[in-house]
Amino acid sequence: MQEQLRILAGKMLADGRAARVLGWKRTDFETAPEPSFFTAQDDLSELVYNKYCAANLSGFMIGAGKRDGVTVVFLKPCDTYSFNQLVKEHQIDRAKAYVVGVSCGGNAKVEEMEDVGWLERCLVCTKHDHVVYDELVLDESLSRPEAQDRFGGVTRLEGLQSLERYEFWQGELSTCIRCNACRNVCPACNCKKCVFDSAKYDTAAKANVTTFEEQLFHIIRAYHVAGRCTDCGECARVCPQDIKLQLLNRKIIKDINELYGEFQAGQDTETLGPLTAFNADTDAEPSIVHTRG
Amino acid sequence: MYKVSATQLTDVLNTLAGTMDVFLPIRKDGQTNFGLYAEGVQADFDTLKTVKPPKEFFLPQSESLYKGVVDGKDIHIEPAAFADRPFVVFGMRGCDVLGMEILDKVYLGEPVDRFYEARRGHGCVVALACGRPASTCFCKPFGVDASDPQADVTAWLCGQYLYLEPVTERGRQLTHKLEPFLQDADAEDVAEYRQEIRERLEALPYNNLSLDALKDADMLEVFNSPVWDSVCDACIACGTCSYVCPTCQCYDIKDYNTGDGAIRYRTWDSCMYSDFTLMAHGNPRKTQKERFRQRFMHKLVYHPSTAGGQLSCVGCGRCVNKCPSSLNIVKIMKSLGVS
Amino acid sequence: MCMPDTLIPEVGVITSIRDETPDVKTFCVTSATGGKPFGHKPGQCAMLSVPGVGEAMFSITSSPTNTLYMEFSVKRCGTLTDYMHTMQEGDGITIRGPYGKPFPVDDVLRGQDLLFIAGGIGLAPVRSVINYVFDKREDYGSVDIVYGSRSAGDLVFRPEIEDTWRSRPRTNVYLTIDRPEEGWSGNVGFVPAYLGSLGLGCDKTVIVCGPPVMIKFVLEELVKLGFKKQQIYTTLELRMKCGIGKCGRCNIGSKLVCKDGPVFRCDEVDELPDEY
Repeated sequence: MQEQLRILAGKMLADGRAARVLGWKRTDFETAPEPSFFTAQDDLSELVYNKYCAANLSGFMIGAGKRDGVTVVFLKPCDTYSFNQLVKEHQIDRAKAYVVGVSCGGNAKVEEMEDVGWLERCLVCTKHDHVVYDELVLDESLSRPEAQDRFGGVTRLEGLQSLERYEFWQGELSTCIRCNACRNVCPACNCKKCVFDSAKYDTAAKANVTTFEEQLFHIIRAYHVAGRCTDCGECARVCPQDIKLQLLNRKIIKDINELYGEFQAGQDTETLGPLTAFNADTDAEPSIVHTRG
Repeated sequence: MYKVSATQLTDVLNTLAGTMDVFLPIRKDGQTNFGLYAEGVQADFDTLKTVKPPKEFFLPQSESLYKGVVDGKDIHIEPAAFADRPFVVFGMRGCDVLGMEILDKVYLGEPVDRFYEARRGHGCVVALACGRPASTCFCKPFGVDASDPQADVTAWLCGQYLYLEPVTERGRQLTHKLEPFLQDADAEDVAEYRQEIRERLEALPYNNLSLDALKDADMLEVFNSPVWDSVCDACIACGTCSYVCPTCQCYDIKDYNTGDGAIRYRTWDSCMYSDFTLMAHGNPRKTQKERFRQRFMHKLVYHPSTAGGQLSCVGCGRCVNKCPSSLNIVKIMKSLGVS
Repeated sequence: MCMPDTLIPEVGVITSIRDETPDVKTFCVTSATGGKPFGHKPGQCAMLSVPGVGEAMFSITSSPTNTLYMEFSVKRCGTLTDYMHTMQEGDGITIRGPYGKPFPVDDVLRGQDLLFIAGGIGLAPVRSVINYVFDKREDYGSVDIVYGSRSAGDLVFRPEIEDTWRSRPRTNVYLTIDRPEEGWSGNVGFVPAYLGSLGLGCDKTVIVCGPPVMIKFVLEELVKLGFKKQQIYTTLELRMKCGIGKCGRCNIGSKLVCKDGPVFRCDEVDELPDEY
């Protein structure tokens, strides 16, 4: 597949249909390819595609859309949901993107450059097909890891007493180093100026003297992406402390599904999210909102 | 040199914990960080690198400076106390020990930072040889011998024993506390282990980087290099590299509103952040290119020019390991001519 | 007494507040028990702060020869400065310093003819030197002051300029504003152009301070007039937090503005990356 992608990219650059190609570049470590813009055909020998190409390139398309010409971008099935969501939010200039959907057999979790199994998101993957593409490069021989229950972790947490749950999150979030990697890698976190970067509030994105601020950061962030989070899993992938951030987002996704009906952000570029479409005057609040308090 | 039976390691740690705070690597949810030892806590000396570097015991990620209260027209200031409790960081790796030396140049240089000085004055460092250095390690080019790291005490976990070699007076005082457990040992006892480590190091991809290209680098030439135009394309402007770096020194000063006043505290900061140099009338580093360049210029050119050529990197490889976009300082050094 | 190296300030008090322009006020600050909080040299700075609001670096605009209090001229442009503009006489304020390298008033500048060039609030740090020179008038040669602002109302220290500086011996004051306005009979035009029209000799030592863009064009003009960069001193401003060269925020290349500056000789600035 890697060779097919190189050929495709080469053609697009050669005939001028694309100004650049956004893909993954070889580095000193096979397990750590780097998101990269290719503009010269000669550099395409550095373009790689393998199970270590975990980075979701959709977010980079926001900036790419502001540059001249068309950008070819390689997207795995789950990445296409992020792309769609960004198109829906008018963050990506669709006309300046040429989406090449690529097959994915799951991404590896890498520690100290060692392959240590599958990324959690790939173990619960439900996004097997590309929801947006201009062209597909598929490899039917790729098989995915056996799927586990996507909401299993959330269900387990829901079964805990509130104090136990509090302690769980206290334990997770207290290790946060406020590096902002989760926020900055998140395609849904595309505000030009984040509330956590404003000196006007006590929430400015630095570690505080108490752990309270770290909890605030993650909870507010989860709410800011509610209904827009496609569950791409990039936040959990990049967290240097391996905080189980996916559980926070997935809890909100599960609640939305249960309260407002099944919804998958990024499925298309038109449907309003349940939280956006909800009309307080005409729509009935799901009764569970009241019973849960 | 002394040795302690590995089976007595818990007794050793308990003995130390009786007279001082003991910070050592502890594994939690799959990640290892230095934390406070208490009886029953399992130390993790197998994991090579903690996520956060142990510099935090001398330069905490957040540290109160004083509490300020505005009371009508009056202001009251209550300064925070300087550290006055002895502690030991047990199991610091050679790269992180060198990181402390670099921070010392900054924080103990005139004018001396009193909070840092107090912590440095109360902290003892037991350095642990790296039995299994990782492929991201490159401390040797910076003069670190991972098989014989120099701090207050050098330690080797080898076979059935923990070997201890006090290096400084403070280190001798520490090992003195452990006398009931100590048996005499000889440097020969760890010679083979050291040799094994050196052989493992030799097999690592970055072990023999030559930093010559950075010697006498011309500041303006490097600053104006076209390399910076594209090398940061993948940078997502997070602070991971800064916060896992044992030599990153920058901090912000902020207020935490307590309701009855404000705690003014300092907190690690990152030059990768867009607000780092933001002023009321603008920002001298407008895009990520300038911020990215600053971080590496500081480590590879600015710091060396004021520190006798010493680079502000120790080759720990944490940024290599943790960058969400697989960028890192080695990549930058190579693009500047290091081979 | 504050301990600059601990980042812990001393509590001071604002003894008087003077309106300079619609958005600039000058604050007189003493220590809580009266008198100056600490000694300083012209060009040095201090950190002013209100707990819970913020802390920022300001140049000390009063001359060291003023032994009673320190003055800070503050333009309203951010969280702390907005707050300061609401403060009253008698309010407490914290202060720490002095920070930075001063102008070389006691060596290089002695005996020299001096040319001061400032724009807007940039006159604040320069005023410290000007008044120092006037208080030790016999130690220095002629003094030329070229000062400009957007409008007449934006010229700071106007009463002092008119009533005191103009009447000093061997002193010329040249004022200019950007656009013509009613009641203004002086020069109209930007500082660099005005400077070029004055016919000043290039054997002077120059001190220039103002907005970065003004400094840039003033330097070009000075070079055109035959000045060498070694004759020109300026003060730079970057965001600062610690003031003691540790927090890593205010570097230009390998120089830290808080510690190696804020005063730089212009030929030194040329050797630094263009990032300020």
